[in-house]
Amino acid sequence: MPIGLGYLSVSFAFGVSASILQVPLLITLLISMTNLTSAGQLAGLEIIANLGTFIEIILTQLIINSRYFLMSLSLSQKVDESFTFSKRLIASAFITDEIFAVAHSKPQKLNTAYYFGLVILPYFGWALGTLLGAIAGNILPTFIVNALGIALYAMFIAIIVPPATKEIGVLFAVLLATGVSCAFYFIPFLQGVSTGIAIIITAILVSLITALIFPIKEEGGNENG
Amino acid sequence: MDNNLKMFLLVLTMAGITYVIRAIPLTFFRKKINNKYLRSVLYYIPYAVLSAMTFPYIFYSTGNIYTALVGTVVALIASLTKRSLIVVAVLSCLAVLIMGFII
Repeated sequence: MPIGLGYLSVSFAFGVSASILQVPLLITLLISMTNLTSAGQLAGLEIIANLGTFIEIILTQLIINSRYFLMSLSLSQKVDESFTFSKRLIASAFITDEIFAVAHSKPQKLNTAYYFGLVILPYFGWALGTLLGAIAGNILPTFIVNALGIALYAMFIAIIVPPATKEIGVLFAVLLATGVSCAFYFIPFLQGVSTGIAIIITAILVSLITALIFPIKEEGGNENG
Repeated sequence: MDNNLKMFLLVLTMAGITYVIRAIPLTFFRKKINNKYLRSVLYYIPYAVLSAMTFPYIFYSTGNIYTALVGTVVALIASLTKRSLIVVAVLSCLAVLIMGFII
């Protein structure tokens, strides 16, 4: 299952990052087993490692994970009657970018057997990768752990660069967000803002502005899918 | 509060809020968001978030800004040639590793 393998490597990088921030192994594993999301987890990880505030973690996750709201909304029109209320409650926990992409690309309605078969390997791949990464971060020599420290960021670059070369709106959002984020980091009177809050402000500001200048084209036939 | 307890509660808070975002539409909604501006905002949020989380933090991710700069450039070039996530990450890590031996 390609999603499972992909998740294994992303979560491995997450586990390494957590060990570099000296977050306890059990906490790291718990994060992965209860959240199942890369960007949200890394932002949350930094707040947790710095023992940040509850309001900060709530706001950060609300903004970063807001896309799942849309995906969940889209899936709600795609599932068949085998999704009872309680099964919908369980199914919700496993909505990720990749699982949504695969589930949504199916021309037929989704049934529970297909959906839960789809999510089980990625879920355990995500947990296993996190565990292996956290252990590797603790036992490997420093120069290797340092090199692995860039892995998760490199993957983020691999996610944002290809669409940025195709869509002017995405390119604009990426460049503007990079600029605003660096401003928060380097400009003296903005440095007091914590990482989580800086990401929230950057995300809201940049997406509000980008959506004004480059509104997305409406999807055609997929509208009801 | 004990540090481990606070970490534990922060994780639970994070998990709870992430779950609620995912669960509310699938469990209760039957309609889609039709407002084009709102859909556009939600479309761009992941890119804005990932960019803001990557820069400038990637430069400090290896404990040495020069090895990190080389790793960043390699990741950008590898991404432009449309390599998979794993390949981009491995090439970037290798670049950092090799640069670490040189300097």
